[in-house]
Amino acid sequence: MLVNPKEILETIQMIRMEHLDIRTVTMGISLRDCSHPDIEVFNENIYEKISSRAKDLVRTTNEIQSLYGIPIINRRISVTPIAIAAESCRSQDFVSVAKTMDEAAKEAGVDFIGGFSALVHKGETGGDLKLINSIPEALASTDKVCSSVNVATTKAGINMDAVGLMGNIIKKTAELTSDRDGIGCAKLVVFANAPEDNPFMAGAFHGIGEPECVINVGVSGPGVVNAAVCELENPNLTEISETIKRTAFKITRMGEMVGREASRRLGVEFGILDLSLAPTPAIGDSVAAILEAMGLERCGTHGTTAALALLNDAVKKGGAMASSSVGGLSGAFIPVSEDAGMIEAVKAGALTLEKLEAMTCVCSVGLDMIAVPGDTHASTLSAIIADEMAIGVINKKTTAVRLIPAPGKGVGDFVEFGGLLGSAPIMPVSNFSSETFVRRGGRIPAPIQSLTN
Amino acid sequence: MTSSRFIITVIGSDRVGIVARITTVMASYNVNIVDITQTIMQDIFTMIMLAEAPKENFDLEAFQQAMDAEGKGLGVEVKVQHEDAFRFMHRI
Repeated sequence: MLVNPKEILETIQMIRMEHLDIRTVTMGISLRDCSHPDIEVFNENIYEKISSRAKDLVRTTNEIQSLYGIPIINRRISVTPIAIAAESCRSQDFVSVAKTMDEAAKEAGVDFIGGFSALVHKGETGGDLKLINSIPEALASTDKVCSSVNVATTKAGINMDAVGLMGNIIKKTAELTSDRDGIGCAKLVVFANAPEDNPFMAGAFHGIGEPECVINVGVSGPGVVNAAVCELENPNLTEISETIKRTAFKITRMGEMVGREASRRLGVEFGILDLSLAPTPAIGDSVAAILEAMGLERCGTHGTTAALALLNDAVKKGGAMASSSVGGLSGAFIPVSEDAGMIEAVKAGALTLEKLEAMTCVCSVGLDMIAVPGDTHASTLSAIIADEMAIGVINKKTTAVRLIPAPGKGVGDFVEFGGLLGSAPIMPVSNFSSETFVRRGGRIPAPIQSLTN
Repeated sequence: MTSSRFIITVIGSDRVGIVARITTVMASYNVNIVDITQTIMQDIFTMIMLAEAPKENFDLEAFQQAMDAEGKGLGVEVKVQHEDAFRFMHRI
C-alpha cells in the first residue's frame, strides 16, 4: 500500500486509546500599538485588536481538527504583557483591562487568554506594580484571563521584593475566589526565566521580542509515551530512553503539521512548537504513570528524579529531531492536580512537596498546581517561590510556581477545580517560619554562570 | 496540506456488506479509491483506504458526516483523515 497500514493503525490508536492531542493552538498578538493615556481608549484598542486578529482562530482550528482527525483541545490567545502595553494609562489599577481581555476572549470563542503579566526580575516600574496589585481582583472577576509574573532570571538574579509581594498576591487571590477553593490561583504563575513564546497556560504571554502576530502550538501525549514504555518487554533504561525519543518525535511531527497548516490558513507566522507532556485527569494520561512504568512502585519514591530526568531529556531530543521550531517549555509537566497518578502518589504518602521541588530541577517547569493549607503564611508561599526561582536561576532553566492556598482547608482535605485543572489533596508545608528571610527584600544577585559575555 | 488524498479507516466487527455500503457513499461524493487493504485482527475488521477526493467543490465536512452515519448504521467506526496526518508523523 502507498501508506504503511501499520503506521496508520499506530496513529489511529494513539488518538483513540492513548489521548494524543494537540493541547492548544495559541495565537500571540502584540498590543504594543494599543497604548493610550486614557484607559478606556486603551481597552477599546485592545478589544478591537484581539477580536479582529483572532476572529478566525476557532473556525480554522476546527477545520484543521476535522481535516486531520486529531483533537485540538484548546484555542488560546496570548498578548503583550499588560504591564508594558498599559504602562502609560493614567489609572489606579488595570482590572478593567483584564475584564476587556475576558470579553475579547469570549468574543473570539477561545478557552483562555494569557498576558495579564509583568516582567519584574530586576525591579518594578509603576505599571508593573499597578498590574501586580490588580491581579487578585482581575482573576476573581474574569473567567478566561491568566496572569504571570516573572520575578527572576539567570541574567538578573532574583527580585526578592517581588517574591515577597507575590506571596501576598497569591493569598489575596485565593481569598477573593474562596467560594471556588481559590481557583484564581490556578490562573496565576510566578516565573524564573519565563519563555516569551510558551503556548501553555497559565504562563503564556506574547514576549516583547515577538512579531506582530504568531501561531504557537502546544502538543501533548503522556498517554502515548506511557503506552509505548509499557509495551517494551523487560527493557533497560537505554531502551526506554530510545522508545520515548521515537514516540516524542512522532507526536512532535503531528504538532508541526497542525501548526504549519494553521499558520498558512490564518496568514499568520508560525512561531514555535512546544512538545510538553501535559497530563490530564484522564486515567493513563499521566506523567506519574510513565515514571511508574519505568519501574518505580510509586511516583515520588527514591529514583523518581532520575526517571524524570531521563523522560524530560528524551522528550526534548525526540522533539528537536522532529522540528526545527521547537521552543516554549518542551519537556514534561508535573502538575499535581491535573495528573491522576500524582494525586494517587500524594494520597499514598509517596510524593511530598520536597520531592516535587527536587523533580523540578530536571523537568521543564516547576511546582505546579499544588494545593497547600489555606492558613499558610504569605511569607511561606514567598519562600517556596524563592527556592523554586533559585533552582531556575542557577540551572539556567525556566521554573514556575502555581500554588493554591485553599481557603478554609487543611491537610487531609481536597480541592476540586473540575475540567483540565482537576482536583488535588492539600499538601503540608513546613511549620517553621521563613518570614525574616523573606522580609529582608532586595535582590539575590545574578549567579556567576550569568557572566557569559 | 499537499494533496486532496485522504486515509479512510473502518474499524469494527465484521459483517456482510461493509465494503459495499462504505464505497457507495464514497462514490456518491466522487471520492476515488487509490489503494485499499483490509485485515481481521482479533475478530476486529480493519479496512484502510487511500482515497482521492475531487480537487474542487468537495465538502469534506458533509462527506465525513455521511461516512460517519453510514458507519454507525453498520456498527463500525469510520474515520476520514487527510493523508498528511500519517505521512508527517512517520516520515521526514
